[in-house]
Amino acid sequence: MSMEHQTISEVTFHHHVPGEDNVKRIWRTFWLLLVITVIELGMGFSIYFIHKNPDFSHGLVLGIKGAIVILSLAKAFYIVSIFMHLGDEIRNMVMTIAVPLMLFIWFIAAFLWDGNSYKNLRNKYDKHFEERTTEQKGGGGH
Amino acid sequence: MMWYFLMSDAFTFGAFLISYGTIRFSQNFWPDPNVVFNAFPGAGHTNLPLAFVSVMTFILIMSSVTMVLAVHEGHRSNRLGVMKWMLWTILGGIAFLLCQAWEWHHLITGEHAVLADGNKIEMIGQTMGGNPWGQLVDHSVATEALKNSSSEVLAKMVNDHHHDLAVADLVKKPKEELIGMINLAETHIRTKGPIAFGGYFFGITGFHGFHVFSGVIINVVMLIMATKGVFDRKGHYLMIEKAGLYWHFVDLVWVFVFLCFYLV
Repeated sequence: MSMEHQTISEVTFHHHVPGEDNVKRIWRTFWLLLVITVIELGMGFSIYFIHKNPDFSHGLVLGIKGAIVILSLAKAFYIVSIFMHLGDEIRNMVMTIAVPLMLFIWFIAAFLWDGNSYKNLRNKYDKHFEERTTEQKGGGGH
Repeated sequence: MMWYFLMSDAFTFGAFLISYGTIRFSQNFWPDPNVVFNAFPGAGHTNLPLAFVSVMTFILIMSSVTMVLAVHEGHRSNRLGVMKWMLWTILGGIAFLLCQAWEWHHLITGEHAVLADGNKIEMIGQTMGGNPWGQLVDHSVATEALKNSSSEVLAKMVNDHHHDLAVADLVKKPKEELIGMINLAETHIRTKGPIAFGGYFFGITGFHGFHVFSGVIINVVMLIMATKGVFDRKGHYLMIEKAGLYWHFVDLVWVFVFLCFYLV
C-alpha cells in the first residue's frame, strides 16, 4: 500500500487498510442490487398480466418499462461506483471515463427516433406491411 | 488502462444494443419476453416467465460480490482469502455459462407451431432465420390451417401435449385422427415474429457470454498466480484488482442485456 502503488497503479486513490466496514458496504450493495432486481422482475412480469387484457393501457406498460430502465441505471451506478470503486477515484480520472459516455444520451435518442420514424413512414406508404404486422383486435394479444 | 479498455468495450456493447433498439422501434410488433423466456430446466412445459433468467442474474450478481471480496482480501494480502473468493467467482462464471448453454439449446431446439404462408402450420424453433413468437392466430384460421398441414407437423403438435405417444407412430395415423387429437384451446398457434430477434438475441447474449468466458479464463490465471505466491512476492494484489474491474464490467453489461432482452 505505498509508493509502489503510486507508480504502477490502475487505481488513482490511496487505499486505507480496509476492514470490516468495507465488507459491510459490499454486502449492503449486494442486497440493494438484489432487491432492485427482484422489483424489476416483478414489474417485467406484471406486463405479462397486463397484456392478457385485450384492451390494456399502452401508457401504463410504457410507464412500467420506463421505471424498469431507471432502476437498471441505478443498478449500473452502484456496480460502477461501489464494486468497481470508480466513486473513490480522483475526480479527473472519473471525468475522463464519464464524459465520453455522455455521448450515449445522444446515440440512444437519435437512433431510437430514427427507428420510430422508419416505422411510421413504412406504415404510411406500405399498407401491406401495416396490415401484416399490426396487432389484430380481438386476436387475443399475447 | 483497464478503465479505458472497458470504456471502449462499453461503446461496442452500446452500439449493438442501440442497433437492436433501432430495429425494434421500427417494428409494429415485438415478442413479449414473458412469452419467449418461460422455460425452466426440468420443468417441462410449465409456464414460468423469467424464472430461469432470474437465476442467471442472481448467479452473476453473486459472483460479482465474491470478486469484490477477493479484491478486499488482496488489500489485506491474505493469500488464502483471495484464493477462496476467486474460486467462488470462477464457479459462478462457469455456472452462468452452463445456464446460458441450456437456454440457447432450449430456444433453438424447442419447436413451436406457427402459421406459414397464411394457410398451413409449421413447427419452428427460435433460430437466426425464424422466430415463432408472433401474434396469436384466430381459432377459425387455425382450424383451417390444420387441414393443410403435413402429417409430420400434426404428429409433432400431438406429441407436444401427449409425450407418451412417439412422433414416429403418430405420423402413420390418418390426418383426421391427428387433427382430432389437437386441442386448439391449449395449443398456441402464432404468426412468425420479427426475424431480427434471433440475430440480435444470439449475437448480443453470445458476445456477452464470450466476455464471461474470457473473464473466467482470466480469473483462473489469477487464481493460479495467487496460489503460486506470485502476488506475495510482488508485494501487492493489484492484478486481482484489474481482473475484478473486468469481471464487474461483465456484470454491468448483463444489467443492460437483461434490461433490453428480458424486461422491457
